[in-house]
Amino acid sequence: MPTDSTPTIFIDPAKCIGCRQCEIACAVEHSQSKDLFSAIFEDPLPLPRIHILPMGAYNVPMNCRHCDGAPCVEVCPTGALFHDEDGAVMITPEKCIGCKMCAIVCPFGIPEFEALNGVMFKCDMCPDRRAEGRVPACVEACKTGALQFGTIDEIVGRVRKETAEKIIKLKEGEYEEEYNGWDLYRSMYAEIIRVNEGESK
Amino acid sequence: MKKYKEVSIDSTTQQMYERAQEMGIETVWERLEKQQPQCGYGLLGVCCRNCMMGPCRINPFGGEPTRGVCGADADTIVARNLLRMIAAGAAAHSDHGRHVALTLLIAAEMAEKFKKEGKPVLELDNMASNTLPYQVRDAEKLKAVAERLGIETEGKTIRELAKEVAEVALHDFGKQDEEALRFLKAYLNPKTYEVFETAAAKAGMPWFENGILPRGIDREIVESLHRTHIGTDHDPVSILLHGLKTSLGDAWGGSLIATELQDILFGTPQVIKAEANLGVLKEDYVNIVVHGHEPVLSEKIVEAAQDPELIELAQKYGAKGINVVGMCCTGLEVLMRHGIPIAGNFLQQEMAIVTGAVEAMVVDVQCIMPATVDVARCFHTKIIDTSPLATFPGAIHIKFDERRADEIAKEIVRTAVENFPNRSKKRVEIPKEKMAGYVGFSVEAILKHFGGNLKPIEEAIVEGKIKGVAGLVGCNNPKIKQDHNHIKIANELMKRDVLLIGTGCWATAAMKYGIFLPEYADTDNVGPGLREFAKEWGIPPALNMGSCVDCTRMLVLADLIARDLNVPISALPVVGSAPEAMTEKAVSIGTYFVASGITTHLGIVPPVLGGPKVVKILTQDLYDIVGAAFIVEPDPYKAARLMYDHIMKKRKELGI
Ligand code: SF4
Ligand code: SF4
Ligand code: SF4
Ligand code: SF4
Repeated sequence: MPTDSTPTIFIDPAKCIGCRQCEIACAVEHSQSKDLFSAIFEDPLPLPRIHILPMGAYNVPMNCRHCDGAPCVEVCPTGALFHDEDGAVMITPEKCIGCKMCAIVCPFGIPEFEALNGVMFKCDMCPDRRAEGRVPACVEACKTGALQFGTIDEIVGRVRKETAEKIIKLKEGEYEEEYNGWDLYRSMYAEIIRVNEGESK
Repeated sequence: MKKYKEVSIDSTTQQMYERAQEMGIETVWERLEKQQPQCGYGLLGVCCRNCMMGPCRINPFGGEPTRGVCGADADTIVARNLLRMIAAGAAAHSDHGRHVALTLLIAAEMAEKFKKEGKPVLELDNMASNTLPYQVRDAEKLKAVAERLGIETEGKTIRELAKEVAEVALHDFGKQDEEALRFLKAYLNPKTYEVFETAAAKAGMPWFENGILPRGIDREIVESLHRTHIGTDHDPVSILLHGLKTSLGDAWGGSLIATELQDILFGTPQVIKAEANLGVLKEDYVNIVVHGHEPVLSEKIVEAAQDPELIELAQKYGAKGINVVGMCCTGLEVLMRHGIPIAGNFLQQEMAIVTGAVEAMVVDVQCIMPATVDVARCFHTKIIDTSPLATFPGAIHIKFDERRADEIAKEIVRTAVENFPNRSKKRVEIPKEKMAGYVGFSVEAILKHFGGNLKPIEEAIVEGKIKGVAGLVGCNNPKIKQDHNHIKIANELMKRDVLLIGTGCWATAAMKYGIFLPEYADTDNVGPGLREFAKEWGIPPALNMGSCVDCTRMLVLADLIARDLNVPISALPVVGSAPEAMTEKAVSIGTYFVASGITTHLGIVPPVLGGPKVVKILTQDLYDIVGAAFIVEPDPYKAARLMYDHIMKKRKELGI
């Protein structure tokens, strides 16, 4: 069976603690200087291609899924959007006419409009880094494991192994949930949301 | 955008919040929303910025990085961050106390100087003079405090005593010996003193020679910063022990000095009736809101607002007069002593301006949002900052100086009055709601009310008419619907026959809901035992003890009961709670409550969850060290149940 060799960025909302370091790292990666302290003085200011969405007690990192049959690529009338050799969905700004069709069809709301030049911009899986064999900037910045880079086989393989280990431990009765401050915080925050909302009904 | 009902249960806040939204004015709730998601490292306390090898953060899921560059692990980082919060909170309270002590000293010295110069003034020895900016309003309390401190009072004038008391207080701030604070020694019962002395040894750290007894108020705060400097103290236990010590310096030092000396200077609160909520703003009057924490200034504003010349000026501009109202703890200070109405608590500061009826918001220190200036720009309101410590960009600066207090207070009031013609009548919308309540329950007032001692309360507790006492403390936090948890916890406890005492923004919340009216005892929110007790003594089921610095009044009260029963405070059926905590001061208060032996509930989890050891120490181990610990529970119903369970456990231990 042929396997998918294109790596992608996997997201795990349970592990996203909303530090937004990925956003900063992404913006810096897409700056001219690629250096935080210079980037904040650049004009125009570099923009992040990943966004963290607060959803109640969870945070969801949202960036391009680099879909195999990408609707954005299919719909683009000028061919500005295309798959590059790594399978990443890229944009040629020069070809973009700002029709925003890509934004309309993207199921994840990824392509954004840059008003200054009237073109779209989106997550490009950090092409300069890919060329050097490095992981995307957001993945490198994320220290919690909320963002992971790899092929689908690698990721599901990892999840499968972890779960298998858990099952063995459970069976042997030695499995103990490790202290997890973030989960604790999240359950407390969920309680606050519940209490706040309960009264408004 | 939030719906108005989501942000508050207070109808005046709801009304003004809706108005702000219509006008496109950004308020605290929008700003909180824009901060989402808030950084998890910060929320968990595992973000360290204590040196420039950092900032460092620890992966809360157990993976790498598990240590900062220097090697500090999550518990060390969390403990250090918490200690810094305690130190900042203690610093805020204590610096407030210092200002009061300095004011007392300045007043005594001015009286001395006047006397030498032979100025024609009344009774300068008693410091009652109409030319002195500050006087001793409660000479009896001055004598009582002096006696407690072991100062010889025989044959001394009030002026001399004032000077000596001020000097002892100031000495406690900066003294360098190893002895416990003189104020602490003067106020604390021996049994609890013993707990403090032995706490560190119990925690396995005998090298804390006098346990957690604070030596100098400033010293413990400075040592907190020293310990948390890179490469110094890394054991969460010793870091937290010093946290207890620092907070005790706040409790039995800085805050206590603030309360006691304010009573001496401005009068000890006595029970009076007053009003609360935005409805206290008056349509046809010049409205001045005094906001912040220190009464040293607001006392003078209240005085200046009674100046006939300024009232006449106000009338000239078409106002009926001058209406001074309070906000936050400054508000509570003037409420407690003069019955000046209080317009609201922390989350209502922007709302007051949105009424369009405020000529000036006079601010001093702490809990004043810089955003008030931005909201004020949408109206004619002037924000006047007065403390040399606190300057607000965009505000008018009329800096305060105790020596010229009268003159400056008048200038401030005049600025407000002269702003009245700029008010646009069309843009005024004052919510009608306000509520009356009895305030002024200082320890002295309570003693007086119960016939000179606390026997009636103690007997009611022993009989089980009252199950115990809960001390509720202030703050609003926009993460919690305003006042919701304050009121729910209060009701749930009163239903279970727990007598409430409280301070700060909790007290203002309670007042707005009528809880400080004796009639409230007739509602279903009060249990039969507490109802009977309240009726018998003609008191409301909850007692307003003042501002957040006045939390020490609650400690002094607990101390008196502990003395009577000859037990440490930790043996009493007493609990504390900060249902909507927000400030570093609240962290210090919570810590000193626990350190003093009062198990305390927090409705908002402070940034500690990233350190499992720290969490365990705070919520469990402290029971063995000081006899009390923290309870963290965001749900007010569950929280009340846990607090009640603790009270019942203590009753059982006491055999009642
Ligand atoms: S922009 Fe949207 S549709 Fe296009 S590849 Fe990315 S996720 Fe898929
Ligand atoms: S906005 Fe640009 S990239 Fe998007 S579909 Fe239109 S032309 Fe293509
Ligand atoms: S860096 Fe990771 S944890 Fe932080 S916001 Fe981004 S995805 Fe979430
Ligand atoms: S003190 Fe240690 S943990 Fe803190 S920033 Fe510096 S290196 Fe990192």
